[in-house]
Amino acid sequence: MIRLDAVSKVYNQGRHNEVWAVRDLRLELETRGITVLKGPSGSGKTSLLAMLGCLSRPSSGRIHLEGRLLSNLPERFMTQVRRSTFGFIFQRFNLIRGLTVLENVMLPAYPLAPDPGRLRDQALGLLRQFRLEERAHNKSEWLSGGEAQRTAICRALINDPAIIIADEPTANLDSQLSRELLTLIGELADQGKGILISSHDPLVFDHARVSRVVELRDGRLA
Amino acid sequence: MPLTPAILALNLASLTQSLLLVLAAGFAIQILRHWDLSSGSERQLGLERRTYLIATLVAWVFGGNLLSLLLFVYNAEQLSTQFVGAMCATGVLNANPWGWPTLGLKISLFFAGAAWLILNGVDNQAPDYPLVRPKYALLLLIAPLALAEVTAQALFFTALNPDLITSCCGSLFSPEGGGVAAEIAGLDPAVSLAALALSGLALLATGLRYWRRGRGGGLFALLAALTFGIALTAIVSGVALYVYEHPHHHCPFCLLKSGHDFVGYGLYVPLFAATALALGAGLMEVWRSAPSLKAIIAIRGPRLAGLSLILFALFYGLATWLVLRSNLLLLGPI
Amino acid sequence: MISFLRRQGYLLEYSLASLARRPGKHLGLVLVYATLVFLLASTLLFTQSLRQESALVLAESPELIVQRLLAGRHDLIPASYLEQLGTIRGVGERYGRLWGYFYDPAVRANYTLMVPRAAPPAAGEVQLGAGVARARGLSPGDYLSLRSARGEPFSFRIAALLPADTELVSSDLMLLNAQDFRRFFDFPADRFTDIVLRVRNPVEVRKVAEKISLALPDTRPILREEILRTYDAVFGWRQGLVFVLLTGAMLAFVIFAWDRASGLSGEERREIGILKAIGWETGDVLRMKFWEGAALSLTAFLLGYLLAYVHVFHFAAVLFAPVLKGWAVLYPDFRPVPFVDGLQVATLFFFSVFPYTVATIIPIWRAAITDPDQVMR
Repeated sequence: MIRLDAVSKVYNQGRHNEVWAVRDLRLELETRGITVLKGPSGSGKTSLLAMLGCLSRPSSGRIHLEGRLLSNLPERFMTQVRRSTFGFIFQRFNLIRGLTVLENVMLPAYPLAPDPGRLRDQALGLLRQFRLEERAHNKSEWLSGGEAQRTAICRALINDPAIIIADEPTANLDSQLSRELLTLIGELADQGKGILISSHDPLVFDHARVSRVVELRDGRLA
Repeated sequence: MPLTPAILALNLASLTQSLLLVLAAGFAIQILRHWDLSSGSERQLGLERRTYLIATLVAWVFGGNLLSLLLFVYNAEQLSTQFVGAMCATGVLNANPWGWPTLGLKISLFFAGAAWLILNGVDNQAPDYPLVRPKYALLLLIAPLALAEVTAQALFFTALNPDLITSCCGSLFSPEGGGVAAEIAGLDPAVSLAALALSGLALLATGLRYWRRGRGGGLFALLAALTFGIALTAIVSGVALYVYEHPHHHCPFCLLKSGHDFVGYGLYVPLFAATALALGAGLMEVWRSAPSLKAIIAIRGPRLAGLSLILFALFYGLATWLVLRSNLLLLGPI
Repeated sequence: MISFLRRQGYLLEYSLASLARRPGKHLGLVLVYATLVFLLASTLLFTQSLRQESALVLAESPELIVQRLLAGRHDLIPASYLEQLGTIRGVGERYGRLWGYFYDPAVRANYTLMVPRAAPPAAGEVQLGAGVARARGLSPGDYLSLRSARGEPFSFRIAALLPADTELVSSDLMLLNAQDFRRFFDFPADRFTDIVLRVRNPVEVRKVAEKISLALPDTRPILREEILRTYDAVFGWRQGLVFVLLTGAMLAFVIFAWDRASGLSGEERREIGILKAIGWETGDVLRMKFWEGAALSLTAFLLGYLLAYVHVFHFAAVLFAPVLKGWAVLYPDFRPVPFVDGLQVATLFFFSVFPYTVATIIPIWRAAITDPDQVMR
């Protein structure tokens, strides 16, 4: 359970270009099933997702994850929570060019310093699960859209997080690939992962597996 | 001032280090004034990010200082040919009143930096950063130390006048001379070595108690500081004699030369590291009742103390071996 | 502890991979960096080995030399002074030396003619320094013909060449026996060039020198330690001068390094953003960047130092020997003795790696505090 209590996020506070991305939001979200944050661009769904995923701290208000207060943690500790609790799939996948698929998948585990052999086996296991084992030693920039997307999912799963966060995951995919992605996400939900997605793609928020849709507008619940 | 590369390097390094520390102190003042962890404001985020910069700056100043300490001694060694009467680094440090204070300030800066970094490392383990204020207040005390060091060093080098006849280790550390150095050297080797052994035993006892029961960390640190002083004294008045196998050669620097198998590094490196770790452990003990740090200090403090004990043991082991293997007999058959 | 080392291992691996991915960007920096190290290291290695060499040579020379002065100029010293010096306490061995200079118009160079104390050459024979032999194209067995002080030609057979390892001081040397020396220069029989004293206890050297200037007021005692000090001071000062000149280069390098470190490309910025978003902490990025700097520094330092080593010890410092060595017409073909010490390396560090690191701290920190949510904006 994630609880948001009067959460606001403001950029450039006190300056002429001040922007309120999220205003005074109160919300409770299940950490199981698939939850979609829906809204037009600029509605604050990405800012909200960033705060939920411990990527940024609210300007005011409190966020609790399973009863633990997250919103007042310094960056150092937010990062610790982030890398153990959340896995991220970004809009443009954000794989690092020049590194192999395998290295990209292992990256989130580096700061945790696991045993190198074990980490490799785990990463290769994930790649096998997502039919990427032949691509393991290819550079990430040579991948097709679908492969890049599956690599991003493997990377999100390497630290075995409880919750997967996906920011506009279908924005750069055609309908065919979007459906495939949603099937994969459905499978993850079946394995017990919580899924948080921000999207304004009807393909996503109208999907049968989605358990809850939260609609945002101008930083508030619509 | 002799214009040699090493002297240029030392002045340049100290100047840079003080500038970096003054910069860090400036940030520290901002943190002391505006720190508010409960706020999610952009200023607070900025301050939190500054803490990374400050820690990095202090770490580099500390590392640079360690190296400049070595260079300072090497350089004094090399300059000794240019001073009538100086046969090693001691004579050069003795050439004017700023030599020894500069060395002392460099060593103090080393310990201050080490203790601060250890404290910082502990504080970074607790999500509420309970030591933010004391930590940055301490940093404000370290900055003047660096400024004093750069000044003393500049004065030392400016006042170095090669025409001056200085006294070398032989006369400085000879019992007939006057001053602290002579008194140290004039100590009966038996007394100083006994004191060293006693302080070692006391250190071992308190260290083990702290390591196993988690009590008496402050006492351990105090004893470690005391042992550091006793150890330096014992090196000058006792151990050095055994190494040089000469009853009147007391120099603490010649030990670093190849002629004595660089045995000085084996003595000084563990001694300095052990003392720094013990001081760090003792410093963190001051805050052992901070709620969010209680558990961390209870683990870290004794662990540091254990490591420090191992290093002290290395120092004691080597010193004992040096005395035993020596052909010089001062105390009669042991 | 293991996890600490392992984490550093991962970070190092990442930073090396990151360097390897953009070789072009770092090549320029490494080259400039290595050049700076090369210049500084060449200066240090060269003067240090000169200093070492002269100390080695002087170690053999006597503690005290006594010269006679006439109207403030160096004059020949009467042999009778030898006995008077013998009465001074503390003086051990003492003997007169014969040496002088000879200008050879054939090669337009000055030779130093000297009578060695031990094993002087047989009558009519000489031992030649390598420089003289080279200039005249002579080898052992050949004859060297010179015009004496009276204008008569003198022919010497070359018995041997002097060993090459002392060439810095023996290049222009010509050794012959006392009779030949006196005849060649028409040198008065009861005089020496100077007198040499051995003083056994080094502490007494100054005392003895004082006594000499009292007993023989027209003489000047020269102490070996004074010569050593002067050499040291001169070498140190020359080194310092070169370093002051190079400080400008160092500053330029610092600005260059700062600029390089702050001018991150969009690609690199994006990368750091991704790393932070997927769970890297600011401290991890900082350490990764410092590993990167360490790898660059190590490469440049080793490269520069190695090149300097080769330059000084294999090519005899061709680039700046003229500035640092002093000059003579018979240029010694000096092969410096390899010599490396902690003082040099530490000094070099403070003139290259230290400024580089200081210049990059703030740019690296700026990069490391990239907002983790930046990749989502």
